[in-house]
Amino acid sequence: MGGQVARWQYLNPGKTLAETLNISHKTLLYVEGVTVSFDGFRALNDLSFYVDLGELRCVIGPNGAGKTTMMDVVTGKTRPDSGYVFFGQTINLLELDEPRIAQAGIGRKFQKPTVFESHSVFENLELAMAGDKRVWPTLRARLSGEQRDRIDEVLGIVGLREQARGLAGALSHGQKQWLEIGMLLMQDPLLLLVDEPVAGMTHQEMDRTAELLRSLAGRHSVVVVEHDMDFVRSIAKRVTVLHQGAVLAEGSMDDVQQDPRVVEVYLGE
Amino acid sequence: MIIRAMKDDTGGQILLAVLLAAVLLVPILSLAVPDSSPLHLSTYTVTLLGKYLCYALLAVAVDLVWGYLGILSLGHGAFFALGGYAMGMYLMRQIGDRGVYGDPVLPDFMVFLDWKELPWFWQGFDMFWFAALMALLAPGVLAYLFGYLAFRSRVTGVYLSIITQALTYALMLAFFRNEMGFGGNNGLTDFKDLLGFDLQSDATRAGLFVASALALGLGYLACRIIVTSRLGRVTVAIRDAESRTRFIGYRVEQIKAAIFTFSAMLAGLAGALYVPQVGIINPSEFSPINSIEIVIWVAVGGRATLYGAAVGALMVNYGKSLFTAVFPDAWLFALGGLFVLVTLLLPRGLTGLLRQRSAG
Repeated sequence: MGGQVARWQYLNPGKTLAETLNISHKTLLYVEGVTVSFDGFRALNDLSFYVDLGELRCVIGPNGAGKTTMMDVVTGKTRPDSGYVFFGQTINLLELDEPRIAQAGIGRKFQKPTVFESHSVFENLELAMAGDKRVWPTLRARLSGEQRDRIDEVLGIVGLREQARGLAGALSHGQKQWLEIGMLLMQDPLLLLVDEPVAGMTHQEMDRTAELLRSLAGRHSVVVVEHDMDFVRSIAKRVTVLHQGAVLAEGSMDDVQQDPRVVEVYLGE
Repeated sequence: MIIRAMKDDTGGQILLAVLLAAVLLVPILSLAVPDSSPLHLSTYTVTLLGKYLCYALLAVAVDLVWGYLGILSLGHGAFFALGGYAMGMYLMRQIGDRGVYGDPVLPDFMVFLDWKELPWFWQGFDMFWFAALMALLAPGVLAYLFGYLAFRSRVTGVYLSIITQALTYALMLAFFRNEMGFGGNNGLTDFKDLLGFDLQSDATRAGLFVASALALGLGYLACRIIVTSRLGRVTVAIRDAESRTRFIGYRVEQIKAAIFTFSAMLAGLAGALYVPQVGIINPSEFSPINSIEIVIWVAVGGRATLYGAAVGALMVNYGKSLFTAVFPDAWLFALGGLFVLVTLLLPRGLTGLLRQRSAG
């Protein structure tokens, strides 16, 4: 039923997808019994996973554990063979395509930073800004003073004010990662999926990123996939360990690290 | 809006200024200056220039989808030809009973095929407004359907280019058939007049030149308005990182279909202005090589600048006129060689060379 509402919602311009979101149970994302196979290999194996409103969650796991596939399923890039994925209680994400999932309030940062290199940093944020993204309104769109202020605010948050007029292609690797997080913020999503935000960063850059992500939790739910354990320890309240496409353990960083199954997976038999 | 679109576009400003000067000067030099004067422009030259302007508009349309949206269309000749056929059908109906067979309604080729009445799809083409509308709608609807299906299936890159090429080839084969009702192999020709003006007269030719120049100018402005809008920035974003654009919430296939459709309509307009000037439209306009030539004009002029496409179309076609007069058989080799040279040595085209010089 809920899925039907979501599917036809775009025909009803009075109410956006984001407005139909029902989170009265305080759980923002439901992933239940999801299985994804690629040529017989089970990337996700009956995975169940929940994200609460406003929490900052880290997802860790060895290579091939299904971390990126899980994000692909939530954002509509990959369709699961079985299972349910709901955003709030009513929006069935399996019935929506990527742009509609984004409009519903889920933003994603990819492992490899992808920004629009031939646009300026400012324009990258402008393009990502929440709003009516259909053809005609986009042609007519003009930045209001309020929107400029918002872009400026986000430029401040991600520390790119000085580069605002420069081309995004000219940014350093770390700056591109921040710009991408900034683009996520412009979409004003309820849920941010952040894939390996500190890969290739210096320690200083890592500290800033940790601070940034911590400041985002609360207003947004943030799911971070990361390999770097020090980084995970520095930001996570709750950690989910994936292994062979399913949840192996969940809890605080200390609990998880003492779990013998986790130790075995990470250190080998 | 126009001022904002043309700000920071020196090349475009020059192009529009030249077009304006041509609109004012060419009719005077052709009609008011006596034949004996060295400044006189012959009707042949005026028609040739008008033809080049139609090509330039076609090139601008291709640059919009190739340079800004990243779709290498090898089938834009089809949209050009469809616009041309719509205009050709109007011109055929205008002939009336002055045809060889003297039938008041049926064009000559239908009488020849022993058809008794006008097919349904020829209805309405006796009215100019209808034909003009069809010159835009026929390419537009085809481009939208094609684009909707191709972009929804996420066909991109080389595969998409090949399908566009197949599209124009299929249309060529279809239009060659007499049963299609578009004059088969011979196409549509022997036109007499347009809106009551004799197509052979100098004044009509000058008028068509002016119309082509205005169409190029307005088409250029419309494209500039698009590429300087947020929609234009989204278009470039799609070109550079399509899936990223999707993940920030843009319906990529709809935006692609919209831009592709608009470009096809511009190509149709160019075709509709081209046909009365050359006096014939036949299926060879659909031939794949034509569509490839357009891409070469854009590459030579400089991609993703719009004005570069217009400059490329004018220069290559002027070169073609000169070259084919001397070595008529070697043109395709010269064209192919030009494409290879530009791709290897001038990836940003001739206008890119000028920009580099003025910048450095």
